[in-house]
Amino acid sequence: MKKCYINGMGCVSAQDTYETSFLESVVINTTENIIYAIQPSYKELIPPAAARRMAKGVKMGLAASTKALKEANVEVPDAIITGTGMGCIEDSEKFLRALLDNNEEYLTPTNFIQSTHNTVGGQIALGLGCKGYNFTYVNGAISFESALLDAKLQLENEEENSILVGAADETSSHTMELFKLINIIKKESDQPYSVLGSNSTGVIYSEGATFVALENIHKDSSYAVLEALQIQNELKVEEVESFITAFLNKNNLKLEDIDAVVFGNNGDVTFDTYYSEASSLFNQIPQIYYKHLSGEFNTASAFGFWVAASIIKSQIIPQSIKMNAIEKNTFSKVLLYNQYQGKDQSLVLLSKC
Amino acid sequence: MEALKQELKAKIIEALNLEDISIEDINDNDPLFGEGLGLDSIDALELIVLLDKVYGIRLADPKQGKAIFESVETMAKYIEEHRTK
Repeated sequence: MKKCYINGMGCVSAQDTYETSFLESVVINTTENIIYAIQPSYKELIPPAAARRMAKGVKMGLAASTKALKEANVEVPDAIITGTGMGCIEDSEKFLRALLDNNEEYLTPTNFIQSTHNTVGGQIALGLGCKGYNFTYVNGAISFESALLDAKLQLENEEENSILVGAADETSSHTMELFKLINIIKKESDQPYSVLGSNSTGVIYSEGATFVALENIHKDSSYAVLEALQIQNELKVEEVESFITAFLNKNNLKLEDIDAVVFGNNGDVTFDTYYSEASSLFNQIPQIYYKHLSGEFNTASAFGFWVAASIIKSQIIPQSIKMNAIEKNTFSKVLLYNQYQGKDQSLVLLSKC
Repeated sequence: MEALKQELKAKIIEALNLEDISIEDINDNDPLFGEGLGLDSIDALELIVLLDKVYGIRLADPKQGKAIFESVETMAKYIEEHRTK
């Protein structure tokens, strides 16, 4: 069975992750309950005639995928697999608003065409002329992990040799207002916002796109190997420990084999208890968090994946993402644990090439 | 007629999200499709909806579209003759 190498990555996020190297400059937000992605310059990446119909999520996905493929020196991948929680929600809103405002008349095609969840994967394929397998997973907070699992199985079994895998989600005004109403997003009165030590419910919402070029051959550009991953719909807090240890056992690993762990803490006091439970297993190794930089959204875990792979390649943990003061000289195996509101639980294991 | 052409150019830019184009960039007789603005079939549908929504014109025969949407000049002329609002 072949291995699954991460040979290129691109990330558009609320931090300047597209233009700069691995988290060399970060801005930690404490005052905004929605943070927006820093948009790259699209003029060099997308023809103006095509860009005018594209929503933010599509553009972010195109930019991230272009960078990932360039790094891996892949012109056209064999397949494209995308994960998204809310898809092109901005165009969906425009289309539905037009339905209401115009009494179901005068409906224009563009917003409707662009409102489907697989628009991102479709537009990337159109741009590349990629006629291979193209699939989009819409599975809440395990959308990205579902895409990864599909790609991993295909690469290991040599059904495909290079797969572009990624995730994209965008914010949109009406949906954000609804999220505030139902307390998914933190209240203004909860300021200053903090992911660690938070005593309020809800999250800081955001958006972004991360794409990775996965191949079953090692290259100079390789970041890490995608060793294993597991997804589970729901867990109780008291089941977290056995979930993690069973995953490690299944992969013939012990807790002490892991060099660093990346947690998806998002500052929601009700559900960060899952990470507290998990962190007690790993109190001898560096612990990392990232959603104070990326914000929370259905595919924020793809940012965490980008962080973990970058740590393995650079062998450095930037100060801004350290949860504890434990130092380690080498990072051979990094484990990611993420969940959202106790559901969409995922474990992803990366290892040094 | 001149005011209508200016209004039409603004509405085309807005409806088709022509980000880098201003009213001054569109000449009255520039072809809208192919060369000129380089619009495509999806834009044609957007323009049909625009005629209906803003000027109350329903194109009964789609074949008419080719002549009507030739340029801003031809569109404005057709609108002036057939508008119901």
